[in-house]
Amino acid sequence: MPEPKIRVIIAKPGLDGHDRGAKIVARALRDAGMEVIYTGLRQSPDMIVEAAVQEDADAIGLSILSNAHMTIFPKIAERLKAEGRDDILLFAGGIIPDDDVPALKALGFRAVFGPGTNTQDIIKFLREEVKARQQVGE
Amino acid sequence: MLVQRLLQGDRRAVARLISLVEDGDSRAYRYLTELYPHTGRAHIIGVTGAPGTGKSSLVSALAKVERRRGRTVGIISVDPTSPFTGGALLGDRIRMQDLTADRGVFIRSMASRGRVGGLAAATTDAVRVLDAFGKDKIFVETVGAGQAEVDIAKTAHTTIVVEAPGLGDEIQAFKAGVLEIADVFVVNKADRDGADKTVNALRAMLDLGTPIRARDGQAGDWRPPILKTIAIEEKGVEPLADELERHLAYLKSGDHLAARERERVADELETLLARELLADCLHRLGSDRIAQIVEQIANRALDPHSAAQLLARSADGIPVEGSAPTPAEARH
Repeated sequence: MPEPKIRVIIAKPGLDGHDRGAKIVARALRDAGMEVIYTGLRQSPDMIVEAAVQEDADAIGLSILSNAHMTIFPKIAERLKAEGRDDILLFAGGIIPDDDVPALKALGFRAVFGPGTNTQDIIKFLREEVKARQQVGE
Repeated sequence: MLVQRLLQGDRRAVARLISLVEDGDSRAYRYLTELYPHTGRAHIIGVTGAPGTGKSSLVSALAKVERRRGRTVGIISVDPTSPFTGGALLGDRIRMQDLTADRGVFIRSMASRGRVGGLAAATTDAVRVLDAFGKDKIFVETVGAGQAEVDIAKTAHTTIVVEAPGLGDEIQAFKAGVLEIADVFVVNKADRDGADKTVNALRAMLDLGTPIRARDGQAGDWRPPILKTIAIEEKGVEPLADELERHLAYLKSGDHLAARERERVADELETLLARELLADCLHRLGSDRIAQIVEQIANRALDPHSAAQLLARSADGIPVEGSAPTPAEARH
């Protein structure tokens, strides 16, 4: 039996329209052999969580540049919990001040990747984290 | 357990089971066995056509119409897997954003995972999962198809072939392949130049004879209608939904639906049987024996056809005279 594929949602919550970074990450994950579900711009927390539920995602990557992360990210974490899918790995990217990182980690975000991150680091992070979760689950 | 949850309406169970099927997990087949008696109710609609003709937008618009008419909707949207990395970028949800908030719609993106023909190996079973989940209309959107990706016609009851203006001259409409599987033609982006020309080319093709779907055993009593739509403006989509109903009614009249079901199941059984036999054969032969034969073929001591026959027989337990043929024998 082949290894289960890693399925990742890449989403842009909030109102900013800059998705270049999200697209670069999506492309890098695709090239690393993962299945990337790209949901597009201006996604509400409900839309992102519903997509993650239906797609049986292993991970959700959120990109935001408008500084709305402390408003939106907690809602996503809450919705996931309400859906019983808070086992899904959360990670974030974009413009996120260092001061906010501890609060995001407390919400369950396992990593925050800022500008200049090497995509290989994101790939390595996802492979390790998802594998650990797949072994715990089932 | 998973099956019970699914039948009680748990979306997570649906999503999980589709993943197990996709990953070839052995538990998936046990679950599918339990689900099978609950399937066979949904109307399965295939949507195929070249990349960029607007399949995702059309499915999204159709789903909205069906929801207004009180039907629940399942969508399986297939995108290609990279032949080099095994990865995939699944982007069809972008055009289906309006549907995400509606609990009466379940959308699943699916990577083709090496299968050619426009679908993934898991598509048929994923359709069954959504069928058992109680979805009334299940739309299956293929990989952006060229001319020969016709597998969808074996999975769907009703196949929509989507065209857009300006993609080819009328000779394209005479070719065999994807145009032959259409139960309904849609010329999308109908506000663009050349839409009527595309409609006329399709009509001229149909005037020369309705496509023969051999499996129905009779040609000519269903002439595929040609509809113009502008999917992103949701124009022309209500009449399209009406045509889908009309086609379903046609299938239900006479023996058409049962005939298609038998054809579909026979084809699936053949595929599954081939997979089982191959796995069994490879297992019995062992990798050493295979490697040995590959070596002989590469050295021109044995040709591929004879080798395959030889291996099939030896795996079957029929004694093969001599352990391996001499080069002289093999050349005959």
